Amino acid sequence: MTVVALTHSLPALLAQAQAFTPPGGSEYMRILPELVLSVFGMIVMLVDPLLDENRSHKSLGAIGLLGALAALASTFYMAQNPGNAFWNMVRVDGFSIFFHVLVIAIAAVVILSSYEYMAVQRIRAGEYYGLILFGTVGMCLMSSAVELVLIFIALEISSISTYVLAGFRRHEASSSESSLKYFLLGSFATAFFLYGVALMFGATGSTNIDAISRALASGTVPVLAYVAVALMFVGLGFKVASAPFHVWTPDVYEGAPAPIVGLMSTGPKAAAFAVLLRVMFEINAPGRFWLIWVSAALSMTLGNVGALVQNNIKRLLAYSSIAHAGYLLIAFAAQPELGVSSAMFYTAAYAAMNVGAFAVISHFANAGEKYVTLEDYAGLGRSSPMLAATLTFFLMSLIGIPITGGFFAKFYVLSAALKSNLVGLTIIGVINSAVAAYYYLRVIVMMYMREPRGEVPVTPTPPATGLAIAICVLATLYLGVLPGRVLDYASQSARDLLPRVSDSTSTFAGRLGH
Amino acid sequence: MNTASLSPIILSLVTFIPLAGSLLLLVIPRRDRDIKVFALVVSLLAFVASLHLPVHLHRNLSGFQFEIDRQWIATPNIHYHMGVDGISVWLIVLTTFLTPLCVLISWTSIHERVKEFFILLLILETALIGVFTSLDLFLFYFFWEATLIPMALLIGMYGHERRVYAAVKFFLYTMGASVFMLAAIIWLYSKTGSFDFVDIQNAIRGGHVENFAAAAQWLFLGFFVAFAVKVPLFPLHTWLPDAHVEAPTAGSVLLAGVLLKMGTYGMLRFNLGLFPEQSRHNASWIMALALIGIIYGALVSLVQPNMKKLIAYSSVSHLGFVVLGIFSFTPAGLDGAVFVMLAHGVATGALFMLAGILYERRHTYEISDFGGLATPMPKYAAFFLFIVLASVGLPLLNGFIGEFLVLAGAFQARPIYGILGATGVIWSACYLLWMYQRVFLGVVRHDVNKTLPDLNLREKSALLPAAAMALLMGVAPILWLSSIDPAVHAALARFPQQIAKVVGQ
Repeated sequence: MTVVALTHSLPALLAQAQAFTPPGGSEYMRILPELVLSVFGMIVMLVDPLLDENRSHKSLGAIGLLGALAALASTFYMAQNPGNAFWNMVRVDGFSIFFHVLVIAIAAVVILSSYEYMAVQRIRAGEYYGLILFGTVGMCLMSSAVELVLIFIALEISSISTYVLAGFRRHEASSSESSLKYFLLGSFATAFFLYGVALMFGATGSTNIDAISRALASGTVPVLAYVAVALMFVGLGFKVASAPFHVWTPDVYEGAPAPIVGLMSTGPKAAAFAVLLRVMFEINAPGRFWLIWVSAALSMTLGNVGALVQNNIKRLLAYSSIAHAGYLLIAFAAQPELGVSSAMFYTAAYAAMNVGAFAVISHFANAGEKYVTLEDYAGLGRSSPMLAATLTFFLMSLIGIPITGGFFAKFYVLSAALKSNLVGLTIIGVINSAVAAYYYLRVIVMMYMREPRGEVPVTPTPPATGLAIAICVLATLYLGVLPGRVLDYASQSARDLLPRVSDSTSTFAGRLGH
Repeated sequence: MNTASLSPIILSLVTFIPLAGSLLLLVIPRRDRDIKVFALVVSLLAFVASLHLPVHLHRNLSGFQFEIDRQWIATPNIHYHMGVDGISVWLIVLTTFLTPLCVLISWTSIHERVKEFFILLLILETALIGVFTSLDLFLFYFFWEATLIPMALLIGMYGHERRVYAAVKFFLYTMGASVFMLAAIIWLYSKTGSFDFVDIQNAIRGGHVENFAAAAQWLFLGFFVAFAVKVPLFPLHTWLPDAHVEAPTAGSVLLAGVLLKMGTYGMLRFNLGLFPEQSRHNASWIMALALIGIIYGALVSLVQPNMKKLIAYSSVSHLGFVVLGIFSFTPAGLDGAVFVMLAHGVATGALFMLAGILYERRHTYEISDFGGLATPMPKYAAFFLFIVLASVGLPLLNGFIGEFLVLAGAFQARPIYGILGATGVIWSACYLLWMYQRVFLGVVRHDVNKTLPDLNLREKSALLPAAAMALLMGVAPILWLSSIDPAVHAALARFPQQIAKVVGQ
């Protein structure tokens, strides 16, 4: 079967190569945000040597921010030109626009929250902002690529940027450890993904998602496709930090610079979830149900149990991010349309609250990230009421208390699961969110109910950090009070993503019946 | 002013006046006196506004009144739906009645972070009222969770030595239990496409809910466990003594006075309202737990050396009466249950205020540190005796009416329940009067107590309304029962015939 597919596809590939036509202008519009980000990334790198090293971080940060904002604006033009581009490798639809806006907004806020951090930590800013922008290119491309090879390249672009960014606190051993660990394990995981892509090509004769989906829909599904899906899931599971591929997370988050953790835990994660959504739903991946079921249950449980005993706030949020990956994976086991839209909403809400929480943490950590244990947060409610109040708000959102985005995120996922009769997974999720309340609460208790320790200095919040935090608060609040518009948009894009939703649900429902 | 024109917005007004006040407090400069006066004015304003509700309530109409129903979020279909009936209207008034008293009683006992204290208190009031006004399950859950945070912060920031432990325990117990309610709510939404209480009730009654028969028992339990922790029903009560002992006085007053009633109100409204069949099937073990709670709470009260803990355990016992009444499914039992909720709110709220007044003077709750207090503090002793008698259930005071009705209902349901429940009344007389004797009677045993100042004007003005209310409720219960009774009959109308006789048989 596979050999046949190969021999069939080779002439097709050759024919494609002969029929080469240069892409038109509207096709470039479809990757406009990526182009804008790349150009600004290069500008940052070019300008860097020209500036005085000690004062460069401000102007470079401004360029970086400008780049992100320009890219955000350019998504508008991208959205005007829906459709495929570059020989069906890139697709602009509601789904990819959603994730473009999300990851670029994450990058913009992270740049804002890094603005003062650079000076405090004495980090050279040149490559830092450049890498954030380049990494964002990768993440954007991940959400719009419909060709597995391109997805792999985009994944590598985003991963390599984050590997380097994780090691930016060069003089700290923990940061280098974090970077190296992330790099080694990450490369291993992407290799798994690549292996999966190769096997999928073997099974279906194509690396294009549409072609794969057609091939799998017609006739019996070869065993190779099951293996391919499992291997791709391993690779992507690593990127989203879901159990049992999560062990790197706490160490990496602990060592990496705090704003970068904010980025890492949301941006590449959102992009990887976008890829996972495409791979799982658009090709209607065979055998995904139990893979996801087990991984979701494990992630929630291990993440929350692990977080209970942490004393370092970055490690605590690392375990919490594992748990949240688990909640999000519940959506993947649900009916496609509900699952996709609730997963999209969840990534947005999680991004808003987590980037915000890390903005507070990176400001509070001070020079050399000295203050990152829970004890350091004692009495923050008294010494810096606003900072404590915003962190409390983000933590409440992570717990899932109403009027925060985190509540609706969890709510949509659980209701999607219940509508798909996933009672077992829902119960595990519900019990886990009760357990999770405890460790978030520990932070709040520290801030409000313990006496402040004299030696922890609280510096006034600089305007850029304040702005970053304010944006995150507003976004979390918006998603918590008026979630309707974002959810409607997500459902709309979910329908875009699932053209053949009727027959995919019927087979899926059949599988659920067992 | 035409008061009838107020009716669509009056509920929102009552609910959000305290919240608006707390937002204004944010911008008021940190002058403690101004903040306290402002908080008092706001809470009195909310009280006056809430009086509109019972005055204009049509007592003979069943169903909800003063309704407001607007769409809040399109997907999921969440409505801003509020409305009250003859039961919830009094719980709202109880909340707005107790809050000004809480402000008064906290006047001097809160020294630092005064602004935050009153902001939290007012937010808590809004959340509590919201619980009783919501008719949309989502809105209800929202307010239900919203009570948790200000209360936990009040305990954790302003409490006594082990406050953090108590606050965390309180938070986790309630949070842990209420996620099960959330799961049940989501299940109902996923099958009916609505969060509206009335719609869901009609759908269930009409049999339009897919798979309902299989899931009903679990849904019932999901709601029940969230409410049972709040009540608290034995054996889920262990958070309560800790929370009470550590909480500041105002926190205890609202905790005992209103927060616990959220649980019993929830049972009455949601467990009985949505799952009448399952309520009946589960009634026998629930009533058994309620009886254990009544007797166990009383016995543990008896041996408490700590005055506040004694009152806390007495709440376990009294709330047992409420649950007993609710699950007797008799009009008398339910009338009594609602009345006990109100009476307990007033009497126990006042007891906590009295304990707080003593703590402000002596910084201890240990009964053995007192004795003969009637000599230096005669007015205080008189108030205390009056409230103790109300709580014990002396006829002509408010405790008697409710307990009598509950026991009558329980007796109708099954005589042994009535008989066992009645022993609780005797026990409550034992522990409260014995405590009174040890604290107030005899000679002054500790020299420090000889010079304790008696009540001042502020304390008297906090206690007098509570005492007057206890008397009024005892003398003229018909003012309350005339609106409670139709609502109770409406709640029971959904039950199959002869319900009163089938419980537990």
